[in-house]
Amino acid sequence: MSHTTQNTHTLQFVPGAEFKRRAAEVVANPFLRKSFRGAMDFLMAKRAAQFPDPELLERQRSLAEHIRRYSLSRLPQLLEQLEANLVKNGVKVHWAETPDEANAIILDICRRHDTKLMVKGKSMVSEEVELNHAMHDAGIDALESDMGEYIVQLAGEKPSHIIMPAIHKTKQQIAELFAEKVPGVSYTEDVDALIQIGRDVLRKKFMEAEVGLSGVNFAVAETGTLCLVENEGNGRMCTTVPNVHIAITGIEKVVEKLEHVVPLYGLLTRSATGQAITTYFNVITGPRRAGEKDGPQEMHLVLVDNGRTQAFADEQMRQTLQCIRCGACMNHCPVYTRIGGHAYGTTYPGPIGEIISPHMMGLAATHVLPGASTLCGACGEVCPVKIPIPDLLIRLREEATHDAKPGHAPLVGQGAGKTAFASLAYKGFAFLYSRPALYRLFAWTATRFRFLTPAKQAGWTDSRTPLKPAAKSLRDLLAERRR
Amino acid sequence: MSARDNILAKLRAGATHTTAPAPLNPDAAIAEHYASLPRTPKEQLAQEFAEKITAWHAEVHRVPRGQWVDKLKEVVAAKGIRNLLYAPATTHGRALEAAGIQGLKPYDRPIDEWKQALFENVDAAITGTRGAIAETGTMIVWPDASEPRTMSLVPPIHIALVDEDSVVPTLYDAIVQQKWTDGLPTNALLVTGPSKTADIQQTLAYGAHGPKELVVLLLTGEAL
Repeated sequence: MSHTTQNTHTLQFVPGAEFKRRAAEVVANPFLRKSFRGAMDFLMAKRAAQFPDPELLERQRSLAEHIRRYSLSRLPQLLEQLEANLVKNGVKVHWAETPDEANAIILDICRRHDTKLMVKGKSMVSEEVELNHAMHDAGIDALESDMGEYIVQLAGEKPSHIIMPAIHKTKQQIAELFAEKVPGVSYTEDVDALIQIGRDVLRKKFMEAEVGLSGVNFAVAETGTLCLVENEGNGRMCTTVPNVHIAITGIEKVVEKLEHVVPLYGLLTRSATGQAITTYFNVITGPRRAGEKDGPQEMHLVLVDNGRTQAFADEQMRQTLQCIRCGACMNHCPVYTRIGGHAYGTTYPGPIGEIISPHMMGLAATHVLPGASTLCGACGEVCPVKIPIPDLLIRLREEATHDAKPGHAPLVGQGAGKTAFASLAYKGFAFLYSRPALYRLFAWTATRFRFLTPAKQAGWTDSRTPLKPAAKSLRDLLAERRR
Repeated sequence: MSARDNILAKLRAGATHTTAPAPLNPDAAIAEHYASLPRTPKEQLAQEFAEKITAWHAEVHRVPRGQWVDKLKEVVAAKGIRNLLYAPATTHGRALEAAGIQGLKPYDRPIDEWKQALFENVDAAITGTRGAIAETGTMIVWPDASEPRTMSLVPPIHIALVDEDSVVPTLYDAIVQQKWTDGLPTNALLVTGPSKTADIQQTLAYGAHGPKELVVLLLTGEAL
């Protein structure tokens, strides 16, 4: 059936020049600009309404940061504890270093059950490993069931936001899409009617599918429990109705105890969509037990590395892994608001995407991304777990344009953004600024011969006014004031 | 080496690149945080829960403990519920049988034997709850062998019994007081209103995949 057609777009990373072209395209598109501006204003206002007391918010953020840092400080032990308790609960645990390994594990489970249809709850890690393509290539239909993801899949696109995947689409576009792609449906812009169409299509699929796949928001080591956060109920459908449930998650999602989840959950929903809580909080501790009448007969967890161990190995970059995927950083980012999620070309867009993608895809493919920021600091200020995103952006800009420091292991793609011209300019700068006499001579000459400054300055003047020395140096100005 | 061994080895090696002191166990900080928040007095918890879950689009009926079956009959009639799924081995299930409600349908066999009928021919289901949370207007649903997890998910209307004495201030209180860690079911649930989505142009719509309506019978008065 046409409405289950796979997304055939490959998430190939768009290289630097391509990123700039895409960003420029969106900036020039008033329609998309308006969509994103409106949606981000809406989400920012909703979040702000949840945090009327700045002091309380600060206490909550500090507590959440504490919990995430504690969890990461014991990550290897917690993963082993999680695995042991999941196994005790009857869950099979798999480990994957790469996207290909993760896909192969899931494909193998599907083949053993001879399934042609997998229903999927929302999972950004499954987007990260491009599970849908791997399933499609193996002849298995991997159907997204989150309404936003379903819409995006139907359109053959990728999510443009990690929480609201179809945020770039208007209801008119969705109405056209449904009328075109869903058999027997006529054009309607009524949102309730559109949701009912999605509900009807997907309920049949929940009933038919042998395998359900989900992400994980929090994994609890002490009890061997997986927690899922959602409003729609499709996550519950995928984890309850099919015979087999496969959960996939990044290795950083584990916490020690159920109590540690509570402050994180409270901040996650408030930061993401400005909700005090979601409709469902799904706390799963194993497959169907003897005597139970429903729930999956078989349950799996796939733990994915995909570059996370690289971030973990560096004390500063380890903070990237504190992320609980609320999306607040993108909602508040002036760059994301203007260029939208697709321009980035990565699974995770916006500020968090700029600091996590280099570990997942290497700096060769991603070195321009840490530059897509004004360093205004909004992302760091709203982050519920206090990831110092601006500091990490600066760090990655440096790693992208320099060799690894002595004694540090190079990142994948270390120095990929280096250019001969920039290296020379930095060297010249360092040479000049470390020699006072030479510097004074340079300042004296530059201020007096400023009229010679060229109007075109390599790449700099493509989108900026030319650099021109001031008429007087700061040193001279200060000397005058003192007189 | 297996993927597991490689990942754990990399993490162990990475963990040595640490200069900051290891963070303390956050248990005490979490307990202190919740203790520092303003507490709703015990007698107002049920009221707060009712107001909050109503704001989440649930329909709440306060009903004296001994009369909930009569209220249920009214709800069934008002909504035109032709068949009502229930759990026969529960206390409330037996009360329903005794009251002789029309169209009662027991959940008495594995889902695999009647999946299609469950999806297509059930109008509503009634379940108990393990308690509720005042702060967010949330019900704690605790499915087990007698009251399966799909009851609160698949039928278009979910009717839930909440005892006003079981309402606690926060999720943290629920987990600690009810000692969740000592024995979690395969699928504990927090439910806050009917299923919803805002995925189309941030417009809120109810009944995305789960129940379109949530009816809460809030049991009040002296314990029987």
